[in-house]
Amino acid sequence: MNAQPAGPGSASGPAPAQDQAVEARPAAGQLPRPAGPGRGATVLEQIFSGTVWVPIGSILLALLAGGVLIAAADPQVQATLGYFFARPSDFFGVAWQTVSEAYSALFRGAIFDWQADTFVRMIRPLTESLVSATPLILTGLGIALGFRSGLFNIGGQGQVILGAMFAGFFGYAIGLPPIVHFLFALLMGAVGGAIWAGIAGVLKARTGANEVIVTIMLNSIAGYLLLYLLKQSWFTQTGSTNPASRTIYETAQLPLLLPPPFRLHAGFLVAILATIVVWWLLERSTVGFELRAVGENARAARTAGVSVSRATILAMVIAGTLSGLGGATTVLGTEHKLSGGIAGSIGFDAITVALLGRSRPLGVFFAGLLFGAFKAGGYLMQSQTGTPIDIVLVVQSIIVLLIAAPPLVRTIFWPLIKARRLVPGQDRGGAEGDTGVGTRAGASGAEGTAAGRGPVSTGASGTDSEGTGQADEDSTGTKGER
Amino acid sequence: MKRSYLAPITAIAAAAVLTLSACGEAPEESSGGDATEAAAEFKGCIVSDAGGWDDQSFNQSTYEGLQRAVDELGIEHAEAQSQSDADFAPNVDSMVQQGCNLTIGAGFLLEDALQTAAENNPDANFAVVDSMFTDADGNPVEIENAKPIVFNTAEAAYLAGYLAAGMSESGTVATFGGMQIPSVSIFMDGFSDGVDKYNEDKGEEVELLGWDKEAQDGSFSGDFDNQGQGQTLTEQFISQGADVIMPVAGPVGLGAAAAVSEADNVKLIWVDSDGYESTEYGEYILTSVTKQIANAVYDTLEQAQSGQFSSESYVGTLENEGVGLAPYHDFEDQVPDELKTEIDTLREQIISGEITVDTPNAP
Repeated sequence: MNAQPAGPGSASGPAPAQDQAVEARPAAGQLPRPAGPGRGATVLEQIFSGTVWVPIGSILLALLAGGVLIAAADPQVQATLGYFFARPSDFFGVAWQTVSEAYSALFRGAIFDWQADTFVRMIRPLTESLVSATPLILTGLGIALGFRSGLFNIGGQGQVILGAMFAGFFGYAIGLPPIVHFLFALLMGAVGGAIWAGIAGVLKARTGANEVIVTIMLNSIAGYLLLYLLKQSWFTQTGSTNPASRTIYETAQLPLLLPPPFRLHAGFLVAILATIVVWWLLERSTVGFELRAVGENARAARTAGVSVSRATILAMVIAGTLSGLGGATTVLGTEHKLSGGIAGSIGFDAITVALLGRSRPLGVFFAGLLFGAFKAGGYLMQSQTGTPIDIVLVVQSIIVLLIAAPPLVRTIFWPLIKARRLVPGQDRGGAEGDTGVGTRAGASGAEGTAAGRGPVSTGASGTDSEGTGQADEDSTGTKGER
Repeated sequence: MKRSYLAPITAIAAAAVLTLSACGEAPEESSGGDATEAAAEFKGCIVSDAGGWDDQSFNQSTYEGLQRAVDELGIEHAEAQSQSDADFAPNVDSMVQQGCNLTIGAGFLLEDALQTAAENNPDANFAVVDSMFTDADGNPVEIENAKPIVFNTAEAAYLAGYLAAGMSESGTVATFGGMQIPSVSIFMDGFSDGVDKYNEDKGEEVELLGWDKEAQDGSFSGDFDNQGQGQTLTEQFISQGADVIMPVAGPVGLGAAAAVSEADNVKLIWVDSDGYESTEYGEYILTSVTKQIANAVYDTLEQAQSGQFSSESYVGTLENEGVGLAPYHDFEDQVPDELKTEIDTLREQIISGEITVDTPNAP
């Protein structure tokens, strides 16, 4: 039943990311960069250097495509299509009604339900979105940190499973006083994820094993390890033969931020905290600088005195810690027991979250919120309007597909982007920095700190806030396009 | 630029209109309300586990049960598919919020979500397929507004085991599961006991591959999706001489059927539904161990609609025909009459309690 947690989800999640991994390998830092603006070197940059309009455009396009599918899947719409030319108004009327009902249900399930009976129920959807977003943000941060360090950590799933496993086990197997207990369980979850990712990090650093392959394999091992343990009574601590653990103690449950029926728990605070910490780590700390340096050009970093193997292991361990926390908040916050499908497809969704957030902590945070909202809204949309839940997956997948192909979105939204340009000739400004393209930071937001010490500053931007000068980022993109 | 496209597009559109305008006529403007409106006061809802409604197993059967209730009783309905364990609670909650009178969850994984919902919503009713309600330590508990729907499939599998042993020419039979969970292992336990019974009665030594009831250990394909794995396992059993094979693995059984169809004189025992009708491998299917989830779901919905809902657990047995052995179909002539009689006798003995099929996986 749950051996393949959410098949379509996991299938749609990793696929694009893996392709990127293979293709963008040279860009990630193992090989010296080509002198000119080589094609291979620009794939990662293209993904991370689009304007903020690329994600927004992608979301709009994906919703549009989703709307077409919702209409196409609806039997009533199909019926009206049969006599489209006899009375087209029927078709458009029914199609519009179906799609708008589905999307308004999605909104009511994710943000605010104006049809609910009580005020509590009206505002509950928003908190549900935050609940769904929590593990996605935490795990997404881990994946993003790996991306920034030049590591394609596809192992979020395995790390989430290990985090959940450790946190859950210490949540029900031992008794501790309140507060101490859930803090300890959270810590253990982080340790679990860190160990699992650390294995991949050490293998990569010591033997050069490809982290993509190692982490994917570790995902499978983690899944089967959990299934195995759930059959062992010393682990599950129940008399039942079902492959599920006993429920964690109340002391180990993450405290609720609002009284029931709200489910919003302290894990969301952990997610906010983690976002700030990761931002500080990447943008402000020496360690973060080293990680990014390795991510951009490992050889250059080594020449500059950075220990690449140390940075690789460190990046993986931190990523694993975050993913482990993602798994821990799921068990301690909402599920309260371990089962084979505890991790769902969080690890794979997180890859898409990291991509959508363009590997910037704040971006990941908002991308996580968006996907959390999709998830929460999907429940209502499916159960009330009968819209297949797969539509939500399709929308998410299309978003990521478009994110991974910024030129496509840019072409579609070209008139819009052009209209927004303040100085028409500014894209030439970007072109001047052509020699610097090779070393342009994978994430242009990082340049504030990189500029001082980096071998070549692109001269494009000295600021480091999210979505800086979009015109500047435009220029990178348009260049790739032409 | 844009204008130059206009003409061809108009032309194509016009051509399309001319070509297709005859393809359908608009229906009369409908008048009057829905016919089902009168009966629409009761709302029955179902939530799947990650398998989805097309899993050829309990989710699908639950869905069929609801569809039948919708068709025959005219009830209102809603369905939600879960994609991961984290979806259970929100999906069940969503059903309660939209006013479902009875919410049925498919699969033991939904037990917790349903139990919590039942405790928080005493006015609504709930039911779970393939599980009892349990407390934190896994001990069964009774909840006033929640009904467990479970099946003692070991009873029917016992008959299948006896039949398999009786029909085996090589003296070796086999079974394997999808995953080692109680609702699967219980089939294998019954099958194993049936083979033992045959050996005891006849003084034969038919060997069972793939399951050791004492150790509760055996062969599993690992999931309910990978048909290739089912095929490989079955080929291995066949090469070890097995000639009657019972896969307890939902769609993975189709892989087993493919392997059986390529071998000589090997028969298959299907599970859950009558495989002669639900699969294309009817000619290889000796019989099926059926589990009437759809009927149980329908009955529960019907009772709830007529105000007769009870929290008493439904246990499908040979006696109430919740589980059973499907007809032999193509093998009708090949199964010796003596064996048929013995199986009928065994069925009576199980129903009367003369034989009890013990299994640690019993509901």
